[in-house]
Amino acid sequence: MSLGTHLKSSIGEKTLMAVTGVFLLLFVIGHMLGNLQVFVGPEYLNAYAAKLQSLGPLLWAIRLFLLGTMAAHIWAAARVVRRSVSARPVKYAMQKDLATNFAAKTMMVSGCLILVFVVYHILHFTSGNIDPIGAFAKAHISEDIDVYGMVIASFQHLPTTIIYSVAMVLLCMHISHGASSLVQTLGLLSCSEKCRDKIGPALAGFLLIGNLSIPLSIYFGCIS
Amino acid sequence: MAFNLDSKIPEGPLADKWTKHRFDMKLVNPANKRKFNVIVVGSGLAGASAAASLSELGYNVDCFCFQDSPRRAHSIAAQGGINAAKNYPNDGDSVRRLFYDTIKGGDYRSREANVYRLAEVSNSIIDQCVAQGVPFARDYGGLLDNRSFGGAQVSRTFYARGQTGQQLLIGAYQALSKEIGKGSVTMHTRTEMLDVVTVDGKAKGIITRDLVSGEIKRHAGDAVLLCTGGYGNVFYLSTNAMGSNVTAAFRAHKKGAGFANPCYTQIHPTCIPVSSEHQSKLTLMSESLRNDGRVWVPKKKGDDRPPSDIPEGERDYYLERRYPSFGNLVPRDVASRAAKERCDEGFGVGESGLAVYLDFADAISRLGEDTIRARYGNLFQMYEKIAAENPYKTPMRIFPAVHYTMGGLWVDYNLQTTVPGLFALGECNFSDHGANRLGASALMQGLADGYFVAPYTVSNYLGEHGEMDAAKKVTTAHPAFDEAEAAVIARTERLLAVNGKQSIDSFHKRLGLIMWDNCGMGRTKETLTKALEEIPKLREEFWSDVRIPGGDKEFNAEVEKANRVADFLEFAETMCLDALTREESCGGHFREEHQSGEGEAQRDDENYAHAAVWEYTGEGNRPELSMEQLEFENVMLTTRSYK
Amino acid sequence: MKITLHAWRQKDANSPGGMQTREVDGISKDMSFLEMLDKVNEDIINEGGEPIAFDHDCREGICGTCSMMINGQAHGPDGGTTTCQLHMRSFQDGDAIHIEPWRSRAFPVVRDLVVDRSSFDRIVQAGGFVSANTGGCQDANSQLVPKVSSDLAMDAAACIGCGACVASCPNGSAMLFVAAKIGHLANLPQGQPERYSRARSMVKQMDAEGFGACSNHYECEASCPKDIPVTFISDMNRDVLKASTCHSDK
Repeated sequence: MSLGTHLKSSIGEKTLMAVTGVFLLLFVIGHMLGNLQVFVGPEYLNAYAAKLQSLGPLLWAIRLFLLGTMAAHIWAAARVVRRSVSARPVKYAMQKDLATNFAAKTMMVSGCLILVFVVYHILHFTSGNIDPIGAFAKAHISEDIDVYGMVIASFQHLPTTIIYSVAMVLLCMHISHGASSLVQTLGLLSCSEKCRDKIGPALAGFLLIGNLSIPLSIYFGCIS
Repeated sequence: MAFNLDSKIPEGPLADKWTKHRFDMKLVNPANKRKFNVIVVGSGLAGASAAASLSELGYNVDCFCFQDSPRRAHSIAAQGGINAAKNYPNDGDSVRRLFYDTIKGGDYRSREANVYRLAEVSNSIIDQCVAQGVPFARDYGGLLDNRSFGGAQVSRTFYARGQTGQQLLIGAYQALSKEIGKGSVTMHTRTEMLDVVTVDGKAKGIITRDLVSGEIKRHAGDAVLLCTGGYGNVFYLSTNAMGSNVTAAFRAHKKGAGFANPCYTQIHPTCIPVSSEHQSKLTLMSESLRNDGRVWVPKKKGDDRPPSDIPEGERDYYLERRYPSFGNLVPRDVASRAAKERCDEGFGVGESGLAVYLDFADAISRLGEDTIRARYGNLFQMYEKIAAENPYKTPMRIFPAVHYTMGGLWVDYNLQTTVPGLFALGECNFSDHGANRLGASALMQGLADGYFVAPYTVSNYLGEHGEMDAAKKVTTAHPAFDEAEAAVIARTERLLAVNGKQSIDSFHKRLGLIMWDNCGMGRTKETLTKALEEIPKLREEFWSDVRIPGGDKEFNAEVEKANRVADFLEFAETMCLDALTREESCGGHFREEHQSGEGEAQRDDENYAHAAVWEYTGEGNRPELSMEQLEFENVMLTTRSYK
Repeated sequence: MKITLHAWRQKDANSPGGMQTREVDGISKDMSFLEMLDKVNEDIINEGGEPIAFDHDCREGICGTCSMMINGQAHGPDGGTTTCQLHMRSFQDGDAIHIEPWRSRAFPVVRDLVVDRSSFDRIVQAGGFVSANTGGCQDANSQLVPKVSSDLAMDAAACIGCGACVASCPNGSAMLFVAAKIGHLANLPQGQPERYSRARSMVKQMDAEGFGACSNHYECEASCPKDIPVTFISDMNRDVLKASTCHSDK
């Protein structure tokens, strides 16, 4: 069996989902750490943003890589779902859950909503196509883009804060099952079930606190 | 017409017989092996191992089982272990000692040469199973571990937790699966054999019923191997699986195969007692528990205090008292009878008074609960589920139950029945355990027959009598197949046509009760005569008032049961007749008239050192008795003593 | 005690099926679940009906034949228990009990609660064995096996092939069954020569049978009557990955 055939097998799909999951997870962690500079001060966040912009072709390479990773993640998910749906043509009249949890059962829903959010997020903060309070336009007036100002202004707006907060909850739900799953799927830490089951929720908790701290601190005026 | 019972025991000293015989046997050239079809009925230890081994040799094999998968045969339920004369613990074991213990344990009613061969190949079985990946228990150094079983003073039992049968069967099933995967074994699951087809006196095929579609099918073969287990379910309540039956063996018997010693029934001493009239099944607690458990009853009759309130001085450890040298590890027949004796005398415990205690308190205080859990955890758990009591805290209540049948189709040294080309392996034959089987020997025998005996002897038969010319082979178009198929169909139609009022199970339960009361742990002339009067009446009632819902051209468990119970109703009579004819007590056959003053079994070697082989003479007719004298050249016949 | 029994009835693989309800009286707490069904069937037969077909054999929890979804749980409400070892004392007087067959594309219904699990056999036939022919094996003690490995192999080998893992999995996946077989042999030295080809072939057959994918709900582990842990699935994933990368010999 070649790697290509493997990727189309039930375990291969999962492997692909797990490996792409690792990259997406690393991106989410890095993205959060970058954004947390909002707490240090405007000059830091703006410098960080400028640095990213200055990468030029490399930035595009990273963007394309992430896009491809996400596409592969979604492709694998679609195959897993199709396989599973076809595996049980007649449903149970009654079925109880013993071990699974809400996050695990809603991976498809959370995944789709996260996709929608990612599109929204790009249109909102990267391309500026969605700009409900004109924060994007204002930040881009001068040559030196004021990302800090854009973020602060945006999260003083209640609907935006709600959208981002809900999205972060969904993302972390997705990660709480996803991160534990990838440990299982890739056969890491197989000797320690406890470690496997805790790694997802722990990571998700860390990301949730970090990511929510930004919009909420801004909305409630802790930073301005 | 009496049978000509030539046991075909090879000449020469006991230890050389099998080696010599293997050299003398005919071989089949590898290129010719694929010209032969072998039919294997049953997929337990004997069936799966035989089918796999014959297929590896190059024969085309058709294997049949009534279960939905060959992995589910009842061998799977064996818990304790498998014996072998490896002498790994360095405690004085040898092939000779295993042979001796088995002959003695069988109360000197088995054939020396067969038993010696069994002991001889026992070591190869362990090697084979380990090579297949059977996860036997090991010690910390990585070597195989052994434990003790009843009837032996050495530790020679290999085990895999409390699931040895399952692990060995999975080993054989994997070997069988390997051959099915290659295409050289064709597996027929959910298929039941309903008749053997004989042409010119030789077995040439079988008739089966597909249990899903109800279709009756013919299968032709150059040899037929019956590996169909025992008939303990004639008692309705037994430790056998619900599907275990006598049908294949009995139909072969009707076609001319002699049935030997049907009265030898093993009643296992450690089973969970019957708790209600709805009970469908008895559950065994492995004999290995007697390694660490102590059996006792109160010294006072009708003492109904909870066991923990009965002080040490008021307990009667009756096995240790009566048999100081073997103690709790006496053979099964002895332990069962001792339990029955105590209960009959009114010392039994539990609501029904039909139980004794198996107590682990001493072992737990000596070794700790964890060690006991590691050894018997799954058995304790099983007990707790069924009895709703925690055996770590209160002693288990146990009572004997029907477990194994030593009797079976008569076979010669080659495992061939009185019908040429028809072989019987494992529990289905009568050969190796005499009147009582020692614990952990059933698995050994099933695998010995399947892996290491039948592949040689079946080849020998095919080499000698096999028809290699395809044009001359008997096919399913032969009139003998028409006849056999028509008979099978007619019988099922007759069953369905009764259209009476009583369910099949109700007849089975009544038969079981007759057998247990009259042909159970203790038998007398009186009870057996009574049973012989009652069984034909019950059979008549069955054939005039049984109700079989549904039809036979569909999945219908009731049709399966009806066929099986109808056979039990005929077979039970032969069993009682055999028990009545054998005027002695030996092993699992205890005639109350024949016991010593101390209640021990009394054999009559002068008149009964033989295998009683019955020939079918038509329904309701008295079967005809032939005898195979058992010659003992290597062991002295003594009264078994475990004192 | 009295119960209301809702049971799936289906004449054969091609006929439509549906739930049928029946009031059952005279059940004793000491009955096993299957003895309760025996009694129901006895009643049905006496009324002239056709009994509920269900698979069962050893009735001591080891053969793996019994298989039904009881109140939405494979093998019923007790953990680590097969249907045949479940007792009516686990239910209350007046309870409603729903029984359904295992539902999976790879386990077509034969009749009522009986399903065809031959797909499991085919997975084993694809490679779930050690290719050791009869005869010529070395002495059993010539190869030492660390007790830890041997115990781990035994944990996996405890699988009885009942199919509860498939039945309870929200995705209808057979990973736990396949992983148990692979894990049994992969933890023993005897299983090493074919370790990776075995994993590859068995997974290929598993997919061909139409089982679902694993998305780590671990319902299989929770409903396994032999408590086989999902860590074996993790080990299998690793072996299969290795099989398709560094060990792609075939």
